[in-house]
Amino acid sequence: MAGNRFNAFSNHGVGIGLRIPHYEHIFSRKPVVDWFEIISENFMCDAGRPLAVLDDILEQYRVVQHGVSMYFGSVTSPDSEHLKRLKTLVRRTKTPWLSDHLCWGSVDGTYTHDLLPLPYTWEAVDRTVERVRMVQDYLEIPVAVENVSSYAEFKASEMTEWEFLAEVVERADCGILLDVNNIYVSSVNHEFNPMDYVNAVPAHRVAQVHIAGHSRYERYILDTHDHPVIDPVWGLYARAIERCGPTPTLLEWDAHIPTFDEVHAEAKKAEKYLNAAPVVSTQAELAEAAR
Amino acid sequence: MSAATRGSTENPPRMSLLEIQRTMATAVMMPLTPSEDMQPVTPDGRDMHAVAETFIAPNQQLTAFERLELYNRQYWYRLLDALADDFPALRAALGPQRFEALSVAYLGAYPSRSFSLRNLGSSLIPWMAEHPEHSGRRHRLALDVARIEWAFVEAFDNAQHKPLTTDQIRTLSGDSRLSLQPHVRLLALDHAAVDLVLALHRRQRRDSSEAGVRHEDSSDAAEEKLPRVSHRPSWVVAHRVDNSVYYRSLMREEFLTLAAIESGYSLGEALEAGFVGTRKSPSRWPKMVEQWFADWAEFGWIYENS
Repeated sequence: MAGNRFNAFSNHGVGIGLRIPHYEHIFSRKPVVDWFEIISENFMCDAGRPLAVLDDILEQYRVVQHGVSMYFGSVTSPDSEHLKRLKTLVRRTKTPWLSDHLCWGSVDGTYTHDLLPLPYTWEAVDRTVERVRMVQDYLEIPVAVENVSSYAEFKASEMTEWEFLAEVVERADCGILLDVNNIYVSSVNHEFNPMDYVNAVPAHRVAQVHIAGHSRYERYILDTHDHPVIDPVWGLYARAIERCGPTPTLLEWDAHIPTFDEVHAEAKKAEKYLNAAPVVSTQAELAEAAR
Repeated sequence: MSAATRGSTENPPRMSLLEIQRTMATAVMMPLTPSEDMQPVTPDGRDMHAVAETFIAPNQQLTAFERLELYNRQYWYRLLDALADDFPALRAALGPQRFEALSVAYLGAYPSRSFSLRNLGSSLIPWMAEHPEHSGRRHRLALDVARIEWAFVEAFDNAQHKPLTTDQIRTLSGDSRLSLQPHVRLLALDHAAVDLVLALHRRQRRDSSEAGVRHEDSSDAAEEKLPRVSHRPSWVVAHRVDNSVYYRSLMREEFLTLAAIESGYSLGEALEAGFVGTRKSPSRWPKMVEQWFADWAEFGWIYENS
């Protein structure tokens, strides 16, 4: 499996999110899992059970960190305590890369604890690039930004979401955590063709892919991570892997969490696509695959 | 042409990124109506539909107001769920409706200032003390329940430094300056309420979801019928042993000594403070202190602050 500089040339395969309801199964059965993704904020404490569990996991499994509160698009500066704790955790986990969301969520020091969408403006590009670069320099590991699901668009937007994503990652020189479920959710909510998005992503910067389920309501879709992956999302995933080559892939399941075996089996469906994908290792090969 | 680009053709008034973020944050943090909709009017009296339309683009399915409302609901569902997770016994004691009203009022006064939801309840106790009207007729008991639950949160993952051993404690002098482990939380309560909290924790049906799913309630909209709790001072420590949180009842003298150590007094001064006003015979004091030192060493409660 090919890697790239945005995932530290890692060949991670298919992982799942580390979730509390599965701890007992993981520690008693020690299942074979390619890797676990942890939510950084759940382990940015000083001591106690969360870190003890993490250390046990690190002894047996590969772990990649995924954050939910860096808010690369927030105008106001990141919290220095947050950055300090994150770096401490990075040193503990030795995560080969780290991801967080291309969104905002705090302003003037007040946190909404939500992944709020950005207006796709040049001003937002400038701010976000500055912040991604600062975080990447501070943490001294590759950073990947994840496209979020959204339910609102801004009148101020000057470009499409995929144009915004491409602009940010090129100028920040960072990776992408491509969430194909989020693309699908936003495509329904904002009435665009999701394949246009997947086809426009700078494939050589994709460090990781997220797959997940969602909840469909009468007039919109919510990104709830509480269902299996639907076929149209697998279709977007297939195209993403076709363009990017085999890429570390992770299934998110955060609510109404079924058994470990059910979650793992759902994630491993991705192997069909990964195993079929041509291994691409050079820019030229990648460009060819991406066409 | 994308929906985003379509929105830009309407030539809206130009808002900076900071203005958009401030406007949106204010909107999503406004309390919901009783039917869990977004308020139609902003706190400063403006029409919320008009405010939403200044920066959010509608689509074929949803108005600007409705799109913003999705985020307004998510904000409250997530934060109310996080507070309920940290204070399940307080929620049971007050009843879900009163607890939700208290939570909304508290978060209005103290919106989150931390990147971590773990710290969401950090100002609840002083706020409750200033606002007894939110906790009903048994306010003092509710306050004790909240104190215990917040102490459990802190004991769960606060730091632990290298503790002093029994041998090291034996070598201490009256001038020694010690510190209490950050996970050791001292509680001076008006009621003997710890057993009540533990019983309510067992009764609560708690979701372990990380996705902001709300608690499932049956018809228990009112306060639970609480067992009798004696109204008498009690002194308790919440602490962590082998990554599990426990509590331990203390005698007043031990509590005051530990509290004085925590406040930075020397060991000699702390012991003096511990026995102020005691009815225990001075002849028993050395034996008591010897036992405290043995317990502190066993539980690893104190360390020497370099």
